[in-house]
Amino acid sequence: MESWRRHPLVFWAMGLPGIFWLIVFFLVPLGFVWLMSFGEKRGIVDIAITGTLENYLRAFDPVYLGILFKTVRISLIVTLLCIVIGYPVAYVIAFSPPKVRTWLLLAIMLPFWINMLIRTYALIAVFRTRGYVNFTLEWLYGLLRLDALFGPFQPLPMLYNEFAVIFGIVYVFLPFAVLPMYAAIERLDRSLLEAAADLGASRFHTFLTITLPLTRSGIASAVLLVFIPALGSFLIPELLGGPNAYMIGNVIAAQFKKANDWPFGAALSFLLMYATFAILAVRPLLVRRAAKGEGAR
Amino acid sequence: MKGVLLMKRRRDKGGGPVLAPGRAVWLKGLVALTILVLHAPIVVMMVFSFNNSRRNVVWRGFTTKYYEQAFNDPALLEALINSLTIAVISTFLSLIIGALAALMLWRFRFPGKGAFEGAMALPLVVPDICMGVAMMVFFASIGWPSHLPWPLSLSNIIAAHVAFSFPFVAVVVRARLAHFNREWEEAARDLGASEWRILMDILLPFLKPALIAGALLAFTLSLDDFVVTFFTSGPETVTLPVKIYSMVRFSVTPKVNAASTILILLTVVATLIATRLQRPEETARAEMAAQGGGQG
Repeated sequence: MESWRRHPLVFWAMGLPGIFWLIVFFLVPLGFVWLMSFGEKRGIVDIAITGTLENYLRAFDPVYLGILFKTVRISLIVTLLCIVIGYPVAYVIAFSPPKVRTWLLLAIMLPFWINMLIRTYALIAVFRTRGYVNFTLEWLYGLLRLDALFGPFQPLPMLYNEFAVIFGIVYVFLPFAVLPMYAAIERLDRSLLEAAADLGASRFHTFLTITLPLTRSGIASAVLLVFIPALGSFLIPELLGGPNAYMIGNVIAAQFKKANDWPFGAALSFLLMYATFAILAVRPLLVRRAAKGEGAR
Repeated sequence: MKGVLLMKRRRDKGGGPVLAPGRAVWLKGLVALTILVLHAPIVVMMVFSFNNSRRNVVWRGFTTKYYEQAFNDPALLEALINSLTIAVISTFLSLIIGALAALMLWRFRFPGKGAFEGAMALPLVVPDICMGVAMMVFFASIGWPSHLPWPLSLSNIIAAHVAFSFPFVAVVVRARLAHFNREWEEAARDLGASEWRILMDILLPFLKPALIAGALLAFTLSLDDFVVTFFTSGPETVTLPVKIYSMVRFSVTPKVNAASTILILLTVVATLIATRLQRPEETARAEMAAQGGGQG
């Protein structure tokens, strides 16, 4: 690596476009929102930057605090589900014969390429009152002659509630969880597992004392890759949740699109960003601890 | 400690037959079920785009009329053309800006390098919704002209797409640069090659796979983006995802399925072209996921 002073012209020619774009079309817009979060609404379009903390205090109003807690709760449940479902999937893929492995990986990765909006929309047809899940249930209901016992079939309300939102986010982000865990399991030293088996450990025991501790860093990556985007969800709760299952992203969007209270939306937006950064700041600690644990063994 | 106890208990029971890992039937069943659940809704959605029923609840026979309707819908067609135009221009810009930024970070030491790298990582981690509203506030505050002739009317969306795409391109290109043998460059320099010559004849050919992967990534990121575009675009400029979103809110007809299928096919075609140009296992999203695992 050389000092930029040696070839300043080359340095600027390479760096300037990126520096310019990053500042003008990313940092400055974020700066505008940050300033606005200390502003007050005066009239429909007038916003005065007064340095008030009112907007941040409003976020701790019980209504919004409830939504903040709900957002965290949904994100935690989603993350847990992604790990619990994703880990066994990653495990099986990592231990499959190479040919099968390629196909299984492709099958898990394929949804990456499909628009999130479309994948969310596809779930509506599955979950709505006259959707495929309810059709199947109705068919089973008729088959088991349950209508004689409990009366005609009542479709389950599966859309526009927290269940739909949780399912939707897991559905969209599961591949994100599988990949880092797959990478970690794939790196695992197989001879350790053989040694454990030779020494008479059961498979479950081997898994608990060897496989799981040695793949902790993969799990840590998966947790972050799911938890952070889940926290900022907007589209999935908007389409599958409705007002009953709004998350913080929907409240932010509403301040800008409907309520027209930009300063408050700006404050919420920055609270969400601070939360994201805080989690990212914890990451090195999390991974270092995991790596330390791996090294100690 | 707990493990030792567990092991003892197992031994007392005489252990058990230890199978090779990954043989359990329930595990395989879970994987099959997961893959089925991931794909079934999309397959059904695509199949039902050929369904001859407006309400689109049960199958009423095969038809392509909803594709005809989709292609004869001027608003939908305009959205499609907008989406493609934005994707092509923002891919082109992201590729140049991202690759140059990667080259600069790879080659030079300079004050504030850590800060710049940190700032470049921001678009990768900032939630879409925050970036979306930032763009909305920014373009409204500086009074970006809203009634420009096409394609200038797409300029604000393109600017936003480049802002979130080029750092991804830079990440992919830097990953490849890490494997570059500096001696090639030195040899060329010793033989009297200019900076330009080195860039064009040595670095660019070496970077080709990463550039293709980066371009594909930028193209699909742009084509797929809904949230940032939704907040950046005015009422007059609509992209395909934004149009589909408003259709979904309004009514669920096979036309929405047809439009969605077209968008999926566009992504698939782009991917196929890109994989033709490079080795299939180096798909951009895999790289992105790997980088995401490393960075955020």
